[in-house]
Amino acid sequence: MTLDILGTSKMSIADKIAAGDIRAVARLIRDIDDMVPEAREVLKDLYPFTGRAYVVGITGAPGVGKSTLVDQMVAHLRKAEKTVGVLAVDPTSPFSGGAILGDRVRMQRHSMDEGVFIRSMATRGYFGGLTQSTKGAIDVLDAMGKDFILVETVGVGQDEIDIVRSADTTLIVLIPGMGDDIQALKAGILEVGDIFVINKADREGADRTVSDIRLMIEMDEKRYENGWKPPILTAQAVFDKGIKEILDEVEKHATYLRSSTERQSGIKYEKVRNELAEMIKDRIVRDVLSDFIQSGEFEDAVQLVFQRKLDPYTACDNIVSKKLKPGDK
Amino acid sequence: MNQKRKIRVLVAKPGLDGHDRGARIIARAYRDGGFEVVYSGLHQTPEEIVQAAIQEDVDMIGLSSLAGAHMYLFPRVVELLKEKGADDIVVCGGGIFPEEDIPQLKKAGIKEIFTPGTPLTEVVNWVKENVEPGSS
Repeated sequence: MTLDILGTSKMSIADKIAAGDIRAVARLIRDIDDMVPEAREVLKDLYPFTGRAYVVGITGAPGVGKSTLVDQMVAHLRKAEKTVGVLAVDPTSPFSGGAILGDRVRMQRHSMDEGVFIRSMATRGYFGGLTQSTKGAIDVLDAMGKDFILVETVGVGQDEIDIVRSADTTLIVLIPGMGDDIQALKAGILEVGDIFVINKADREGADRTVSDIRLMIEMDEKRYENGWKPPILTAQAVFDKGIKEILDEVEKHATYLRSSTERQSGIKYEKVRNELAEMIKDRIVRDVLSDFIQSGEFEDAVQLVFQRKLDPYTACDNIVSKKLKPGDK
Repeated sequence: MNQKRKIRVLVAKPGLDGHDRGARIIARAYRDGGFEVVYSGLHQTPEEIVQAAIQEDVDMIGLSSLAGAHMYLFPRVVELLKEKGADDIVVCGGGIFPEEDIPQLKKAGIKEIFTPGTPLTEVVNWVKENVEPGSS
């Protein structure tokens, strides 16, 4: 038995992750999720190793076939010898705090492939922290050396769309016959959609849905001047149809982003700005609010407002001004 | 914020058994109990189950079996976890088992077996009492 001077136990977590240690990656993502303070330090160590992976966000209503689509995209990317990380995000039940993370079912054929790392995450939507966890997980998979990271989320609320702001390219997935639902999704979608995919395109109404989306995009013509005009693709993910075209468009988008350093740094700048703002916001909320919850002051305030002895605006000001002492301003 | 860790569980059906209603019911009960449940579906090999368990960093694997191959499949999962240095993950079984198989399964490392008729609250509480999230 040889004496291992630089034994693996002496390897830092960051080193293990850069070396692709699956357990270390999985455990760190867990620690980030559970907000273990030490995990933050590891993320700092890992940062220099990030920035290489290409992040694709895939969002859409439940049932449109996102997981099947992701599964097929992974297969195609693997054939092209790219390594892939997948983050499948599902909503946490606001009642129980638990979650069923069932996206993995559709991708299990890749579970034994060493070049693929699949991780299911719950939104844990209470008190935000949404972007933080997913962003952290993306950084870990990036540092691990994955060429592509696919982030799948349910795009119902604003939070889920925020996750996708961390992506380089965002796919919006729809199915034919969504009608009013498209209108409902409109506000967030047009802002973040780089590529639109009408999945289950064999269903009735596919052409109508394509023209509905096209109309929405045309109406906003001005935004796309000299810019990237989102293509509208059709697919039948379950039959492996349309996947190659989707990945070709992702490639085109990547090229477009790289084509002008000005554009690239402009977009990147916005992303960094938004991410940092989110992190700070999240941190402040957590730290400040937790103090007041711990001390009971928060519950006291809730009681007073509930009994209508105090209005919520004053209650809020009272609490916040305690944190922001006169000198702080 | 000092948050307690959430319990993460993998619910999987190894082997050829195609009836997953029970597994889905348990998965939902776990969710209602506040756990994050990764459901990996039917026809899983022990290798696929262990790989998923490691990637998902779960605290427990719940194996569901109605078709009788549990005497090979369940211990194989325990074995593979040991091989991969992940034997801190608790393994439980649920489904239809002959009474006489249960002691042997426990000897092979299955921490608990839940047979049909066990109240869901009992199944959920067992996890809360016996599984420490994030330990290793």
